[in-house]
Amino acid sequence: MTLHIVNKSPDQTQCLKDCLRVFRPGDGLLLIEDAVYGALVNSPYAALLQNRPLVYALIADIEARGLSAMDTGSIKRINDKQFVDLTVQHSPVQSWY
Amino acid sequence: MAPKRTLIVCRKPPYGNALAREALDVALTAAVFEQPLAMLFIGDGVWQLLDQQDSAGIKQKNHSKVISAFPLYELTELYIDADAMQQRQLSHDHFVVAVKPLAADELGDFIARFDTVLSF
Repeated sequence: MTLHIVNKSPDQTQCLKDCLRVFRPGDGLLLIEDAVYGALVNSPYAALLQNRPLVYALIADIEARGLSAMDTGSIKRINDKQFVDLTVQHSPVQSWY
Repeated sequence: MAPKRTLIVCRKPPYGNALAREALDVALTAAVFEQPLAMLFIGDGVWQLLDQQDSAGIKQKNHSKVISAFPLYELTELYIDADAMQQRQLSHDHFVVAVKPLAADELGDFIARFDTVLSF
């Protein structure tokens, strides 16, 4: 199964939408850097990402951007070690940037 | 001769690339030289204003701490795109400094009042 890693805000680029076009059931999706804005329940992109299994967001990037107290719904917050674990568990790993 | 009035337009979120940070550096430099300056946060740029940023985990300088120091530099002409705030369901309580909202139909006229516009 593929791990997709998106690092751009959904309001800045097509990265997230392009990724979801090829996303298969069972694939993992990890939001890092500016992509974590898409993890918010209040985001206009919530319908694309909420209540979907295997969607993750990196805690360090959530904290950096002041989003810790905001609702990320069903999206799992993971730390750097779990990020490494995900890359080991999946093959291939595709970055979208 | 009157000094030129400069507007800094911030469209990018913090941390993902260097632009947000560079805008702050320009703002602080201009303030030190007492140049008249305003800042306008539009689109994803509004994320720069969020309180409670903790960038220790990504080993970058804390963006909101710099913005919170703006009043010390008399940088108080801070404006925000009200539509961008609303789309992201943000309120003034989320922000680290006081910003004045501008409606979408005011933005064009607002920008046109300045001699120089720097876009980040």
